[in-house]
Amino acid sequence: MKFTAPHIEYDLVSPILIVLGVAVLGVLVEATVPRARRYLVQVALTGVGILAALVAAFIVLGRINPTSDTPKPGFIVAEGALALDGPTLYSWVLILVLAFLGLLLFAERRLEGGVTAFAGQASALPGTEAERQASAKGLEHTEVFPLLMFAVGGMLMFPAANDLLTLFVALEVLSLPLYLLCGLARRRRLLSQEAALKYFMLGAFSSGFFVYGIALVYGYAGSMQFDRIAFAIASGSGSDALLLGGMAMLAVGLLFKVGAAPFHAWTPDVYQGAPTPVTGFMAAATKVAAFGALLRLFYVAFGGARWDWEPMFWGIAILTMVVGSVLALSQTDVKRLLAYSSVAHAGFLLTGFLGARGLGEINPGDINPVQAVLFYVTTYGLTTMAAFAIVSIVRDGSGEVTHLSRWAGLGKESPLVAGSFAFLLLGMAGIPLTSGFTGKWAVFAVASSAGAWPVVVVAVLMSAVAAYFYIRLIVLMFFADPVGDGPTVTVPSLMTSSVIGVGVLATLLLGVVPGPLLDTLGRIAQFIR
Amino acid sequence: MNDFPWLSVLLLLPIVGAVVVAALPARVAPVLPKQVALGTSLVTLAIGAVMAIRYDAGASEQFQFTEQANWIESFGAHYALGVDGVGLTLVMLTLILAPVVILASWNDGDGGRWSPKAFFAWMLALEGLSVGVFAATDVFLFYVFFEATLIPVYFLIGGYGGVNRARAAVKFLLFSLAGGLIMLVSVIGLYVESAKTEGGATYLVTELAQVDFGTDVGRWLFLGFFIAFAIKAPMFPVHTWLPDTTASATPGTSVLLVSVLDKIGTFGMIRFCLELFPEASRWATPVVVVLAVISIVYGAFMAIGSDNIPRLIAYTSVSHFGFIVLGIFVMNSQGLSGANLYMFNHGLSTAALFLVTGFLISRRGSALISDYGGVEKVAPVLAGIFLVAGLSSLSLPGLSPFVSEFLVIVGAFAYSKVAAAFAVTGIVLAAIYILFMYQRTMTGPTSDAVAGMKDLNVREIASLAPVLLLIVLLGFFPKPVLDVVDPAVDHTLSRVDKHDRAPEVVPSQEGAHE
Repeated sequence: MKFTAPHIEYDLVSPILIVLGVAVLGVLVEATVPRARRYLVQVALTGVGILAALVAAFIVLGRINPTSDTPKPGFIVAEGALALDGPTLYSWVLILVLAFLGLLLFAERRLEGGVTAFAGQASALPGTEAERQASAKGLEHTEVFPLLMFAVGGMLMFPAANDLLTLFVALEVLSLPLYLLCGLARRRRLLSQEAALKYFMLGAFSSGFFVYGIALVYGYAGSMQFDRIAFAIASGSGSDALLLGGMAMLAVGLLFKVGAAPFHAWTPDVYQGAPTPVTGFMAAATKVAAFGALLRLFYVAFGGARWDWEPMFWGIAILTMVVGSVLALSQTDVKRLLAYSSVAHAGFLLTGFLGARGLGEINPGDINPVQAVLFYVTTYGLTTMAAFAIVSIVRDGSGEVTHLSRWAGLGKESPLVAGSFAFLLLGMAGIPLTSGFTGKWAVFAVASSAGAWPVVVVAVLMSAVAAYFYIRLIVLMFFADPVGDGPTVTVPSLMTSSVIGVGVLATLLLGVVPGPLLDTLGRIAQFIR
Repeated sequence: MNDFPWLSVLLLLPIVGAVVVAALPARVAPVLPKQVALGTSLVTLAIGAVMAIRYDAGASEQFQFTEQANWIESFGAHYALGVDGVGLTLVMLTLILAPVVILASWNDGDGGRWSPKAFFAWMLALEGLSVGVFAATDVFLFYVFFEATLIPVYFLIGGYGGVNRARAAVKFLLFSLAGGLIMLVSVIGLYVESAKTEGGATYLVTELAQVDFGTDVGRWLFLGFFIAFAIKAPMFPVHTWLPDTTASATPGTSVLLVSVLDKIGTFGMIRFCLELFPEASRWATPVVVVLAVISIVYGAFMAIGSDNIPRLIAYTSVSHFGFIVLGIFVMNSQGLSGANLYMFNHGLSTAALFLVTGFLISRRGSALISDYGGVEKVAPVLAGIFLVAGLSSLSLPGLSPFVSEFLVIVGAFAYSKVAAAFAVTGIVLAAIYILFMYQRTMTGPTSDAVAGMKDLNVREIASLAPVLLLIVLLGFFPKPVLDVVDPAVDHTLSRVDKHDRAPEVVPSQEGAHE
């Protein structure tokens, strides 16, 4: 038997390789570099790695001519395992940008008095002598940086995956480091470890569904490849039960990752327990990767069975928006509030996802669903990242204060921070002249074009409900008097400040002049099949 | 000078002024932000006046001073401005009231949650955004301004109002946001429908007017717009936010809210409901007319029953907005001209009433009518101006609202005698609530609590004088405004009758029987 080496287009997949390579290097750094110098080396290495990958991603993006009127469809590489088309490459750029912002939050040391927000020694039991010693010595886990890079590597593969196995591998590569990162909070460690365990158990459970779905779909189509699955569906051979069951199981796995109801139960606990930099990064970047994967799987592989999966997604979108918005009303913790708001946003994104239409039905120049979802996820990701960055700087002596009552009167204490946060909340609420509005408009418009009127009406009603709790928070910050000493804002280093700055600026710019980005997305938001 | 971007300047100048006021360092004299704000609004008014003089009432095109640029191509949204007669009068109303309100509210920002300079910055921002609302000729742009105006008002109420300001601000915002989101569905619907046409997606009013939406779709879209505008206007039964809001806001905020922003509701009904969905508007007319008549009568009765002065004025506005909506939806030239003129006049008379009662309330520290009595003996100028403002609100002949109310009722008669008969009671009831209020506060023995009350000072008189002058002038000579408004009315009527000529036959047949 002759063995043929697989043909890999190293230049095209270089962003993934750079990220994973830097992650491996980071592990070596942990083993070789003295403790005192690790932080600096890791931050520099990770930063350079992300920037290099970003440059590489832009170069690959440039090869499909995104600025021309008729960009190239893209490339299928690595023996058909990865599809590098407009949506993938755009997701790459976005994920890498979010990763860089995430890195800035991870590396912040001023808030905890010279150490990062991660546990000094994760293996020390909370409340023991070992833990006290670790924090007295000022230990910190610099492993978080390679872990971040592994997660980013998985996130880059996730939306690019062009067969079910690659999709599964990517899912696990992105999830495992995140489970770990969630458990590494320096403060409130029990909460953090509980969050990590919960996330891991439920994540493993949903992966089980996912794998079973893969098996069923393989049974139906006889292939893992998306194009073969699409072909099998088009030809209509095979048992419908296998296909329907398989699609449902795969949907469970992906909807778990995006935090859609009824698979959202982990979101509030994990968002609350995880260290805030991790929460911010996870909330923003995971959604980008998971929606990229969801779009490709259901549009490319299962596009022919659209009439079968659409009703299910109608129900899920409606349920997700209702659950997210209504449950957020009763939250008293700002991180949990943002978690439920992210569930609601997953519902809005699914509304855009429902804008699926046959290619012939979309006139040139019309806004298409992939474009709308990618735009929304951009606006959401940048806004959310900045919001969590602000959460991380509102503190008192015992760390972050996340209980809402402690945020009362923040407007008096620090008008700039409270004003920025209020603006970000208005963005999430979708007030015009913020990016949230243009994003919402885009997803609602594609959904209505595809006839999903009932979903859009629910989405609008839920936007009104959501507006209520965002505004309640603004009222609390500006119109309520502080309780006791009131919250204090710890002045962060340039790193966290720049994350907030970038988020606020993006929320404004994408709200006022979304045209250039939307037009670019409109040209490149086509899947290669 | 023809290419001079008049409307953009009127829109941006106050916003730039707002930024300047907000950016003034804290150590400057406290009076400087006020002076900058007043100066900005006066300069804007001067530019607006020049523009109004250059407006050609006889021109053939619908909009003048037009500007147009692509904004978000994927959405079909444009930065498109332009005014017709209705838009021009409302832009001018905004520009006239802004300096009046700033002068009248000179010290109202001092006791607020934040510094007075923020108060004046929000005021100026609101002025600019309001101009944008009335000048937008692109539905998307209109929507953006429509929602954006909420933010300054929210902070003006929540930061500087009375005891229940936070609650009132939230109630205002939630009602408006709910209305806005309902409208958003229709705005998106316009995109979906226009994307199906040859020219692709567009939000330009002039292009949307060419689109035939079909009966069902048109009616649904109409409803989305109408509900939002009814909340804004406000009409019975979605008016409940207005009395609560005015009871807690400063008089200046109330003026901008009721005289200017609520006009967006009735303006929107003409510009979007009637002109884009003529079929649906005629379909909805009977219901809308009934609601309008209920608003007139209900608002008047609630006003009679109010002991709180700002709440009373809010209810009179509900009643007056009933007249405006009635005039719009009877869809004949008298009714529509009357409604358009009424929008302008109601703005003036309500502004005068809110401001003069605001001066009164700030002197005594109570908004309750029963706390006053015999004020005319200690403050005759205040009482006199109060009387004139009140009389203009009850449409005394010789003052400007009379002309418009008369026209609306004439139009209503042509549409339905029953509706008109009910509407006329609004005039009688108006006399009751205004004169009762005057009698209980101003006449009779001077109560001890108001014995030492000072009369109006020069600043207060100066702020009210232009409004009163306009009320009297336009009461005797409404022609300048009517001339500007009438071409717009003709345009609207031609849109409404475009597909079906039946409605205009009905009134003339009735006339023939008599």
